[in-house]
Amino acid sequence: MIKTHIDKSYEAELHALRERLLEMGGLVEAAIAGSVRAIVERDAAMAEQVIRKDKLVNRLEVDIDGACRRILALRQPAASDLRFITTSLKIVTDLERMGDLAVNIARRAVDLAQTPALRPLHDLGRLAALSEAALAKALDAFVTADPVKAEEVLEADDHLDALYLKVFNELLTTMMEDPRAIRRATSLMFSAKHLERFGDHATNVAEMVIFMVRGTDVRHAKNKD
Amino acid sequence: MEARKLQVAYGEKIAVKDVDLVLPEKQVTALIGPSGCGKSTFLRALNRMNDLIPGASMKGEVLLDGESVVDGRLDAVELRRRVGMVFQKSNPFPKSIFENVAYGLRVAGLNDRTLLLERVIRSLQGAALWEEVKDRLQENALGLSGGQQQRLCIARALAVQPEVLLMDEPASALDPLATAKIEDLIHELKARYTIAIVTHNMQQAARVSDTTAFFYMGELVEVGSTEQIFTNPREPRTEDYVTGKFG
Repeated sequence: MIKTHIDKSYEAELHALRERLLEMGGLVEAAIAGSVRAIVERDAAMAEQVIRKDKLVNRLEVDIDGACRRILALRQPAASDLRFITTSLKIVTDLERMGDLAVNIARRAVDLAQTPALRPLHDLGRLAALSEAALAKALDAFVTADPVKAEEVLEADDHLDALYLKVFNELLTTMMEDPRAIRRATSLMFSAKHLERFGDHATNVAEMVIFMVRGTDVRHAKNKD
Repeated sequence: MEARKLQVAYGEKIAVKDVDLVLPEKQVTALIGPSGCGKSTFLRALNRMNDLIPGASMKGEVLLDGESVVDGRLDAVELRRRVGMVFQKSNPFPKSIFENVAYGLRVAGLNDRTLLLERVIRSLQGAALWEEVKDRLQENALGLSGGQQQRLCIARALAVQPEVLLMDEPASALDPLATAKIEDLIHELKARYTIAIVTHNMQQAARVSDTTAFFYMGELVEVGSTEQIFTNPREPRTEDYVTGKFG
């Protein structure tokens, strides 16, 4: 942003809010990466760390909500500032849910670490990488106010969904072949589902970024076909 | 009411440049912009108040019900009856409350005591002041509070049954409660009158108007629905102004 607000304290409040959202986004990115690595590397300690750190994400959600309310009440933001605040209020909910999904995966990781390894988990790792990249790109689009980047997130979500379906079918086959694998395969299936949902939340963030920059709502566009 | 290619100058200095603006009937149009942007000059041009300023000149067209108000066929007194004005500083005459409202009617030749009283009551009711002054119509208007004086000025403008009401910062000298009363009144008045309001208070513009016009350095930069101007303005200059940024 080149132009700054005449009221420097207002400018500082908006800046601080943006920084906090990025901090929260960074924590969630680390959480999803850590939770999946914990599954792949059978590292329960890493999973426990993800679960503990979610408290920080939750606290940031409350802080950011409060900051948005204060700015709405005291500054009466307009135009792009108003869109930034309403976008922040929505993004923060998605980020918090994404943090919870990482915690769910981490809980599965703790469980899985205590049982024999099922089979190589390449696709789960790839699914995690796609979800993580979707959030990273959505956050990048948010900071740089770049709707084109945000649109890329929307497009990439189809790959994520396709990969999820592949992982799902593979795990289903594993279960049919060996009933003793059902418990572990179910855990992995839930984790894959969480990653797919994680990607959907990243899509929500990207859609809100497009609204923030352009002022047009692109949600539910597919339903209009 | 509408302006077409309206230009107003004070001597050599052009204060309003080529403005095309329609005030939609029975709606509130807010004129916003920084000091010196031409919004008040534009407002005053609509009922030719600028004629009273030495050196002021006007080009272009202002139409009331499709008829020109600048070509001289419409008498300025008649124009100002049809297009009333309320100013920033309430300016009641040092007379009774009754006489303040009756003044314009007497000038227009109405002297029948019963008819006068009827019109004064209706105007005071229209300005949401009747309940507060009905027992003291003969008291001096200068004894009223600032907010009441401003509503008295609105009643005075309403008495001569105008079509358009021009308001130049009508609430800028009032406390928040008196301001809320004026704003509430504006909402009621727009059922019967076309209203244009100049205000520095952007939240006020957002609250009371249907359409907002942003003026900058004598130009009309952008006009649109108030919601659009305050949530998603098209022009960067409008965006900077409503968000309070350095130009």
